[in-house]
Amino acid sequence: MATTSNITVRPPRVYPRGTCHSPEMIADLSRAAWEFRIQVLRMIYNYKTGHLGGAFSIAEVLTALFFHHLRLDPERPDWPERDRLIFSKGHACAMLYPCRAYRGFFPPEELMTFRALDSRLQGHPERQKLPGIEVPAGPLGHGVAIGAGMAHAARMDGRRHRVYVVLGDGELNSGPIWEGALVAAKYQLDQLVAIVDYNGVQQTGTTTHVMPTEPITDKWRAFNWHVLDIHEHNMAEVLDALDQADEVHGRPTVIIGRGTKGKGVSFMEGDSYWHGAPPTPEQFAAALQELRKGAEQWER
Amino acid sequence: MGTIVRETFGEPFSARKAYGQALVEMGEHFPNMVVLSADVSNSDHSFMFEAVYPERFFNVGIAEQALVDVAVGMAHSGKLPVANTFAFLFATRALEQVRTHCAYGEANVKLAGAYGGLSDSFDGPTHQSESDLAILRSLPNLAVVVPSDPVSIRKLLKKTLEWPGPVYFRLCRNEVIPVFHENNYDPEIGKGIVLMDGKDATIVCCGVLVARCIEAARQLARDGIFVRVVEMHTLKPVDEELTVRCARETGALVTVEEHTVIGGLGGAVAEVLAARHPVPLERVGVADRFAETGPYDALLDRYGMSRADITSAVRRALERKK
Repeated sequence: MATTSNITVRPPRVYPRGTCHSPEMIADLSRAAWEFRIQVLRMIYNYKTGHLGGAFSIAEVLTALFFHHLRLDPERPDWPERDRLIFSKGHACAMLYPCRAYRGFFPPEELMTFRALDSRLQGHPERQKLPGIEVPAGPLGHGVAIGAGMAHAARMDGRRHRVYVVLGDGELNSGPIWEGALVAAKYQLDQLVAIVDYNGVQQTGTTTHVMPTEPITDKWRAFNWHVLDIHEHNMAEVLDALDQADEVHGRPTVIIGRGTKGKGVSFMEGDSYWHGAPPTPEQFAAALQELRKGAEQWER
Repeated sequence: MGTIVRETFGEPFSARKAYGQALVEMGEHFPNMVVLSADVSNSDHSFMFEAVYPERFFNVGIAEQALVDVAVGMAHSGKLPVANTFAFLFATRALEQVRTHCAYGEANVKLAGAYGGLSDSFDGPTHQSESDLAILRSLPNLAVVVPSDPVSIRKLLKKTLEWPGPVYFRLCRNEVIPVFHENNYDPEIGKGIVLMDGKDATIVCCGVLVARCIEAARQLARDGIFVRVVEMHTLKPVDEELTVRCARETGALVTVEEHTVIGGLGGAVAEVLAARHPVPLERVGVADRFAETGPYDALLDRYGMSRADITSAVRRALERKK
């Protein structure tokens, strides 16, 4: 069943942090995000298991982080000066894996082993199995407090690397997120940036229905965080927000990335069914077609 | 080498103060060590570390889950964190953090569980920890260590900090009886220590009850029953070889712990015996129930851990051995 013959991803160039956000760069990263969605669709279809919706919604953010903003060295995944990425919404790791693979951390040929027995690509990320996974993730609510610990350790050591925590919006239901938010604000951890995949849908319904999160920006401001409010599928906005967060001093930053769960496939968008369901063959074919169109719009 | 156990026990000494002193001492020995507390530093005595190393001390507030997760982040960044809160909170409220990130994620965090067993006696069952050892012992990758007297606290804390992975280090709130000679007590994680030798049965014990076990063994010796006493300060990895050797050589075992008889030291020893060398086993501890408010020693007596409970258990084990 597993096959690597149909990998179609053309990874983007790596644009080191500080590179001017040219139209070419934005197009290249945007196209890659769509192609990563195709990769994710194939990975989840392969073994008929995984989380599509929250992986699709975080595509642009992860592409921007891995191919532009994070200071990383795939040859040295333990490089002490590397930026840390805590992928707190671990269920969406189907999108984390392609980004890490095409960034050079492990062979992309392994991607189609996702969720198979003996695979390094566990159903939720395992730290010891894959180079560069900072912490396991899956049980929600850990990222902010762990990130606070990492950011504080960095500051104690006089290191300037930054710590990025990717959260789901449903994850904000979890109390320890707010414990971590208090700690990060108390210690003024400006090396810490949280990014909320604010796609409005969680496992059993909309966030509005399950557990209302609004007013979301006011909540974080009340916790003494600097807040940036963007559209997470707009690559230029994502890139600019990451740059702006670098300039914040004396407090942590949260980027609220407003977007769409299941982004890119019309019948998946905004539907909680696609939180953790695999597609049928017909749905797979239809989704593939839509995602290819999405990628093509960025071909130059 | 002289004896490990003092002929005459020392004057009772605060276990918390011994721990606080040990933290300060270790702070000099381990430059990357940091100490965190969930706003109970004057209870757990980590305030003593804070006073000397304020830049390496963090009060995360009344937030035990964040306590563990912040420590996890620091551990993955090269720090050697000692997280402090009440024992039952590590085993219950922050258990998911401990399990996912310390155990599964192998974050090298030391979890110092204050007020272990019934030692927060007057605060009552909400604050006592009758089940922590059973809960935490079941987690892969997590070592479980229970020091006994002030010397043991100091020496085992050092070993705990040197241990390459996460450790749950269970402490006592109250004054404890100094049992060991400083110079002759040399513990290693995972190795039980024969404190007294004997041929008739073996008492395997941990924590503050070690003193009572020695007294019980001395009492039994006056009646012609010669009991070996083993301090099993590490419940995980438990010293299987010593346990089996004691079963072979003495033919009956009694475990003594300040914890429910389910799943703690008694459980660990029972598992070893069942798999490798079945012999009669009696388990002394709390009988699968919550305790109540009251003076510490009186609670230990009432809830099944008196000296008489220990000697009776030995006699029962000897009966079953016949």
